[in-house]
Amino acid sequence: GPLSERRLMDVRLGELPAWLATCDLSPQGLLGGVQKAWSSYYDKYINVKRGGPAGISMLLAGYCLLSYGWNYQHISKISFLASV
Amino acid sequence: MNLSFFDQFTSPCLLGIPLILLSMLFPPLLLPTPGNRWITNRLSTLQLWFFHLITKQLMIPMNKTGHKWALMLTSLMVLLITINLLGLLPYTFTPTTQLSMNMALAFPLWLATLLTGLRHQPSISLGHLLPEGTPTLLIPALILIETTSLLIRPLALGVRLTANLTAGHLLIQLISTATTALLPIMPAVSILTTSILLLLTILEVAVAMIQAYVFVLLLSLYLQENI
Repeated sequence: GPLSERRLMDVRLGELPAWLATCDLSPQGLLGGVQKAWSSYYDKYINVKRGGPAGISMLLAGYCLLSYGWNYQHISKISFLASV
Repeated sequence: MNLSFFDQFTSPCLLGIPLILLSMLFPPLLLPTPGNRWITNRLSTLQLWFFHLITKQLMIPMNKTGHKWALMLTSLMVLLITINLLGLLPYTFTPTTQLSMNMALAFPLWLATLLTGLRHQPSISLGHLLPEGTPTLLIPALILIETTSLLIRPLALGVRLTANLTAGHLLIQLISTATTALLPIMPAVSILTTSILLLLTILEVAVAMIQAYVFVLLLSLYLQENI
């Protein structure tokens, strides 16, 4: 279909700048995008008939990775031998 | 740069932008709002069961007027328990280790219970300052003591939560540093410290839940005295 109506996963790599130009980058638009991403994740992995620990565990693992990224600058400056 | 053991408690910051608001907003994202369905997914069912358990526990000893506080106390309990438990994951930041946040939670809520009591039943609230059956000579001293213990309640609430969580995190960091430092030198002692670390982690999970519960329980007790 037309470029503006396709989801991110269906857009090819070469078309990415064009796709970014068509999407709504205002605060409401970004918030709507985040909301859409969260509800598609929720409906796919958590809001299922016989869910298990996997849905939430992926979220928590992503949170750990994100925190690692936030702290990387600080952690990388630590030399292990100096801490002993 | 030397590793300081208190570096884990610095407020997270990315390119100069403080991230503490994000780390405080993340726990509620893990609690989905139940939809319109009668039978929801397993996470929502578990969550609902847990909220009912907390609300019943807190509201059974309270009279009818105290039930207006149900939403406040239950949501406070859920917030504290999720923040504390999330802080046990590696590399995460625990907002409740900051004294500022705990005082900001404890002081207004304690003040609200105190003012509610003074506004609606001033004699009874002031009467709590003198326990029954005290000898006449001790009355002035005891009133001073009770007033001090009343005024120190918000400080105790905030500092208790901060101190428990900070101490736990520090201990985990210290013992794991010891384990990794001893591993090339004395592997046997390293295994001992690993077992200590495992026990400590279990303790920390328990402490995380218990401290949240104690905070809210004490607040509900202060409310019961005054409402």
